[in-house]
Amino acid sequence: MFVLILAFGCVAAVLPVLASRIGRGVFYVAAAVPAAAFIWGVGAYGQISDSAPLIEQAAWVPQLGLTLGLRFDGFAFLMLSLVAGIGVLVFLYAGSYFHAEPIIGRFAATLLLFSGSMVGLVLADNLLALFLFWELTSITSYLLISIEDEKTAARSGAMQALLITGMGGLAMLGGFVLLGEAAGTYSMAELLERPPSGSVVNVALLLVLIGAFTKSAQVPFHSWLPRAMNAPTPVSSYLHSATMVTAGVYLVARFTPAFADYSVWRPLVISFGLASMLIGAYRSLRQHDLKLLLAYGTISQLGLMMLLFGVGTKESIFAGCTLLLAHGIFKAALFMLVGIIDHQSKTRDLRKLDRLGAQWPVVTATAGVVAASMAGIPPLFGFLAKEEALGALGETGFAWGVPVLIGVVIGSSLTVAYSARFVWGAFGPRPVSMIPHQGFVRNEAVGQQVPKPSKMFLAPVFVLAVLTLLFGLFPSLIDPVIARAYASLVGVRAEHHLALWHGFTQALALSAVAIGAGFALFSWRLRVEKLQDSMPQVPSAQRGYDRTVKGLLEGADAVTGFVQHGSLPIYLGVILLTMIVLPGIPLLSDGVMPDLWFADSPMQVVVGLIMIVCACAAAVARRRFAAVLLVGAVGYGMAALFVIQGAPDLAITQLLIETLGVGVFVLAFRHLPADFVRSKFRRSQGVQIAIALLAGVFVFLFTLFAIGARTEPSISGEYLDKAYSEAGGNNVVNVIVVDFRGFDTMGEIVVLAVAALGVAALVRAKRSPAEVEP
Amino acid sequence: MSFFSALIVAVLFSVGVYLLLQRTLSRIILGLALMGHSANLLLMVVGGRAGKAPIGGAFGPEDTVADPLPQALALTAIVISFGVISFLLAIAYRSWVLTQNDEVEDDVEDARIAQLGEAEMRRWWSRPR
Repeated sequence: MFVLILAFGCVAAVLPVLASRIGRGVFYVAAAVPAAAFIWGVGAYGQISDSAPLIEQAAWVPQLGLTLGLRFDGFAFLMLSLVAGIGVLVFLYAGSYFHAEPIIGRFAATLLLFSGSMVGLVLADNLLALFLFWELTSITSYLLISIEDEKTAARSGAMQALLITGMGGLAMLGGFVLLGEAAGTYSMAELLERPPSGSVVNVALLLVLIGAFTKSAQVPFHSWLPRAMNAPTPVSSYLHSATMVTAGVYLVARFTPAFADYSVWRPLVISFGLASMLIGAYRSLRQHDLKLLLAYGTISQLGLMMLLFGVGTKESIFAGCTLLLAHGIFKAALFMLVGIIDHQSKTRDLRKLDRLGAQWPVVTATAGVVAASMAGIPPLFGFLAKEEALGALGETGFAWGVPVLIGVVIGSSLTVAYSARFVWGAFGPRPVSMIPHQGFVRNEAVGQQVPKPSKMFLAPVFVLAVLTLLFGLFPSLIDPVIARAYASLVGVRAEHHLALWHGFTQALALSAVAIGAGFALFSWRLRVEKLQDSMPQVPSAQRGYDRTVKGLLEGADAVTGFVQHGSLPIYLGVILLTMIVLPGIPLLSDGVMPDLWFADSPMQVVVGLIMIVCACAAAVARRRFAAVLLVGAVGYGMAALFVIQGAPDLAITQLLIETLGVGVFVLAFRHLPADFVRSKFRRSQGVQIAIALLAGVFVFLFTLFAIGARTEPSISGEYLDKAYSEAGGNNVVNVIVVDFRGFDTMGEIVVLAVAALGVAALVRAKRSPAEVEP
Repeated sequence: MSFFSALIVAVLFSVGVYLLLQRTLSRIILGLALMGHSANLLLMVVGGRAGKAPIGGAFGPEDTVADPLPQALALTAIVISFGVISFLLAIAYRSWVLTQNDEVEDDVEDARIAQLGEAEMRRWWSRPR
């Protein structure tokens, strides 16, 4: 399995080079890889049973205990055959769709990578590996949607897809980590076998569902899917049927047997699924662009799949598996048809297309079959799936079963209506829409003669149409595959079988109702359109997305402007306040007060008072040299305090340094005016004093608590003992500086040297760069 | 520990912060010098009580001896703060030579960003909802 996934990447790497030699022949080369995957899948399918999947393990990051596990079971086979099978057809189709555009090498390679990531996704057992492939599909789909990168719409559509699915992916990662930590394993199979419990699991499931909903374009995260229509049609065809959007459904399908009874699961999945089904279908009826019509149809169908898996009863999971396959087949074919129409007649606006049906009878018949499958008309595969769905929802046994069932029937009739609209709009004799179109002319150029598509171009569509007919007429062909997929999800063998005729059941009646209502909606389409137009405009998800992105950017600008305004005192003030507040709070709550006395000696009080007075005077001094001298006096006071403390070395150093320091100050300031300039920024003086006082109080408390915090005796006893015996010095401080901690002194000397170099360079520099040039 | 030494540490630091927040470069440097003093004194005060100098022969077996380790650390700190202050003074001198100005202006680039941000903020709040 690892080899299989790697093959996608390796072949993709050589495709761009190959494309420059054999042109669009690369698509046929690329098709070989999913074909190989499909054949491997069929072979491996023979080796697995309901209870014994194929497992491959490899050490990933052994230091972290991460194992990359791949798992091939019945459901993985269903998904793999969908991804690889439709992948082959999409590549063959792309071979006719493109001519010799320079992008084809890049396109074929990216499409193959996309396909490979999807294969990896359905085979991955480790949750983190699943996330990795999940993100890979997001990134490759971004590249695919924006493949015609000179188009603004393509770029922004791709960005929207990446942002929305990427955001969902991050939420999902959070959910995976919570689940993995709660269960103690990141293997999906083990997790589902022994699902963890606790409230954290509900949070985790919520996050995972956000990931699934964004990926599967569920309302209100669906806006990226219609905008992804800017991609070339082979991408749309693949993305909508077998890959990308099915990833979310796949995840829900995997999780539902273990997690359906958790409190967040059913309400969320069912309500989002039903809402997506209805809103998608409703909006689909408004579209004039055939691709957009199908895109909203996909949202609707995905909603139904979500709903079926979310309900989580055995029958509904079985129905979900059937619909997943049926939808993949008919939706891929329908997109390919739109691509053919677009390619041959240069438009896909159903108000412009006219009388294609008369010119292309075979294509029209094929489209009719496939669209009928989408509408759920017997005896096609889509009908079987719809029957299963209605049957399963009819016997859930839950109180909400009936309203959900009614919703699904309404959604199904809308589906019938937009399927009819699709066929009629694309191939029918007159414009389906009455909404006037700017610059509308009965398209003579289109209406007259549209070149017939080549046989190679149509072949993939035929294959899919035949499949949807064949599986409908002879369900026993596909029943074992679905039954095994079902068994690998639920863990028990299916007692139920697909059949075209189940007898006069409730599901059949509801199907008939849906089809009848759908055709009624279609025949009143002008009135329906008028009604839709007169409806108040609800806020669209697209506007929501636009506003969110704009708001984020503007908000970031505003915050940057607010935080980074350029005033040094304010920056310093913020830093100091942070320093005071953050350590201040734990200090006040946990600090230990030491035993206190007022002062060590009367001398300390005298010297200290002088220092305090000098410091305060330095703060308010207006004359520059007065301030320098006052600070110098504080320094000499320091020396005196060191003497009192019992530190003669420090006192000497301090005296020397202070004398030197005052000298340097005088040297540096001798050119400057005698008085400080009265600052033009005087408003903030109160704040400055407040911050200074706060800092003082903080340091006072900090000093006291730091003294009180001592728990161990000093380590200096050893220094005192060994100073003479080991270093031959009586002055312990000297010995520490030059011997015991000699490296500190080394560092200190380096600092001084660097500072000296800097000072020399700055002082000797010329007045301005102009002076350097003679 | 003595209350009074903690007070000195606090006052020096507080005055240092006040000077640091000023716009005049020379006062900022003076403020840093005061904060350096405060930190050195803090090291000493926290390090232990006052006592005899830790020099062999200067104390008897019963005397309290001042802890030599914080002294060594403070010694290093004193010298390094001198280095830093000298460097800052050289910069202040250079700044004066170049601009004849001892005042810290707002960063031009940052100020421009701030202006843009403020305009954005105003648009943000005044937007009809």
